[in-house]
Amino acid sequence: MLSVTQLTCQRGERVLFQDLHFELPDAHWLQIAGANGAGKTSLLRILAGLTEPVQGTVLWNGVDIGAERSLWHRDLLYVGHQGALKEELNPQENLLFSLGLEGFESSPAAIRNALQQLGLHGREHLPVRYLSAGQRRRVLLSRLLLRPARLWILDEPYTALDVHASQVLTHQIEAHLQQGGSVILTSHQSIPLSGGSCLTL
Amino acid sequence: MSHSLVNWFKYASPASFYPLAGRLIPYFASAAAVLGAIGLWIGLLFAPTDAQQGEGYRIIFVHVPASWMSMFVYCIMAFWSALGLAFKTRLSGMMTAALAPTGALFAFLSLWTGALWGKPMWGAWWVWDARLTSQLILFFLYLGFIALQSAIDDPRRADKAGALLALVGVINVPIIYFSVQWWNTLHQGASVSMTKAPSMAHTMLAGMLVMALAFWAYTIAIALMRVRCIMLERELSSEWVKRNATE
Amino acid sequence: MKSQHAAPFILAIRRDLLLAARHKTEIVTALFFFVIVVNLLPLGIGPDADLLRKIAPGALWIGALLATLLGLQRLFAPDHADGTLEQMALSPQSFTLLVAGKIVAHWLVSGLPVVLIAPVLGLQFDLPGRSLGLLMLSLLLGTPILSLIGAVGAALTLGVRGGGALLSLLILPLYIPALIFGAGAVEADLAGLGAEGHLSLLGAVLVVSLFFAPWASTLALRVALE
Repeated sequence: MLSVTQLTCQRGERVLFQDLHFELPDAHWLQIAGANGAGKTSLLRILAGLTEPVQGTVLWNGVDIGAERSLWHRDLLYVGHQGALKEELNPQENLLFSLGLEGFESSPAAIRNALQQLGLHGREHLPVRYLSAGQRRRVLLSRLLLRPARLWILDEPYTALDVHASQVLTHQIEAHLQQGGSVILTSHQSIPLSGGSCLTL
Repeated sequence: MSHSLVNWFKYASPASFYPLAGRLIPYFASAAAVLGAIGLWIGLLFAPTDAQQGEGYRIIFVHVPASWMSMFVYCIMAFWSALGLAFKTRLSGMMTAALAPTGALFAFLSLWTGALWGKPMWGAWWVWDARLTSQLILFFLYLGFIALQSAIDDPRRADKAGALLALVGVINVPIIYFSVQWWNTLHQGASVSMTKAPSMAHTMLAGMLVMALAFWAYTIAIALMRVRCIMLERELSSEWVKRNATE
Repeated sequence: MKSQHAAPFILAIRRDLLLAARHKTEIVTALFFFVIVVNLLPLGIGPDADLLRKIAPGALWIGALLATLLGLQRLFAPDHADGTLEQMALSPQSFTLLVAGKIVAHWLVSGLPVVLIAPVLGLQFDLPGRSLGLLMLSLLLGTPILSLIGAVGAALTLGVRGGGALLSLLILPLYIPALIFGAGAVEADLAGLGAEGHLSLLGAVLVVSLFFAPWASTLALRVALE
């Protein structure tokens, strides 16, 4: 369970939000909504532990995320705005390295399988430079299949996805919730998932 | 938590430090003026003319204290930086930023007066003496710090990056100083040392100490003034600044 | 337990080496820059063999400093731009270890070629055979220091306006001890004095930077990522 208390975020001199409270139990999802520049990404970055909040605490299962950073990051999967994809490497290499740098072993077969599920069959060995924006998003989202985690934080996961890929993503999120995982995501669209709550900044 | 600790943290917040600094500035400023006048009187009028170096040596009453202060200010900056990184007090970063220009000024003053002194003594404006060279490098370190801080827009990041740089610098300063001395002895360059003026009389020492105290008071007064400006700039939107503005 | 920690470290090195292999021109350009800078000095000073032999250690060392600076700007910047650095900071593995891996890769790509080509340039400056070996040894001990200290500067100036020029301003003064001990070792040997003192001091600086630099770079990167 993730619990957030009295969170305040400041960018430069501007206070984006203050005194934010919420809790996210296991097997639940939360959508963070708000206008552009309302601080959605800033909030996600604070939750992930990239930015230190001006005030307030973020607890994961009762422990401050800053206190046990490596445990928190083992349970967390963060897919940000930027791709974290290397243009010079192909999807397979990209995934192999990004999983390896996080200390997870993965076989080439498993990676190929995940890429296939997201409809990237036959593009495993093409440098990412030659992929479209939507295809790059899919490479990123295949991390969801490969890297075990209990909480997913997804920044605009539906951006640039076509109908089919959106459905695959929704199924992935459902399966993750069923296994007791939780999800925080930002989106401008309404999300075709039952349950869940929405936080507007 | 002990009572004294609470008090300490109270003054670490800009809102309560701002008025305190305002009250302290006049004392340090007048101390700087009085001590400076006494120091200059000792240095320029009271101290006897040097048998070998004539009147020209009198520049050491500015040169030596300025060199001391330039090194000392860097150490204080490193101290504030360590404090800021350890306890995340906002005041620390502001103090470090406020001290840097004064430290750079003293380093420059030391180089300039060194050159002025060097011309009549050695016949050259610049000599690759270990102390002079180290002083020059210290000046570069100050410039690097100021450049880094002014290049970063977000004040929180500027403070942290500056603090890290100051700490890396303070670890390096002794190594640099040692390496330059090593280099100097290898190349057997000018071995004239500025501070080892022949038979330093008591009056000379006293003059330099009084001048050092004057520079010290000046540094504190200027740093407090500058830190007040920084506080106003950074916390324009906060309540206490608005209260102060209306008072 | 040990291999568990070593795996991401080695993977970080492998990753950067693979990326460098796909940008071969960058490595070659930095090396070529080193060769040209060092070769310009005789053109500026004159072909007097005695004078050239005397300035050779300093010239080569300053060339090495500048060549290292050239590659440093790209040490973290591409990974910062595409979000990889963020993923590394969020890795359950030690971020410091991953950063150390990147620094090692940087040295392998920019420092090691300089060490290997230095004797050729030394010959142009009419250095005797013994000094060539010593020059290589001093660069072998010294170029890792340049990568290590440079990484701190690269992390501090990450994404900052005018990063390249600022990086030089911050880092070059900190390179002075390495320059003095490294070039001094060869000079002392040429003058008939022992080089051991210089080399052990250079080694000591290397140990100190190995200890502090990855840690300081990591802190600076966390600040830059905020």
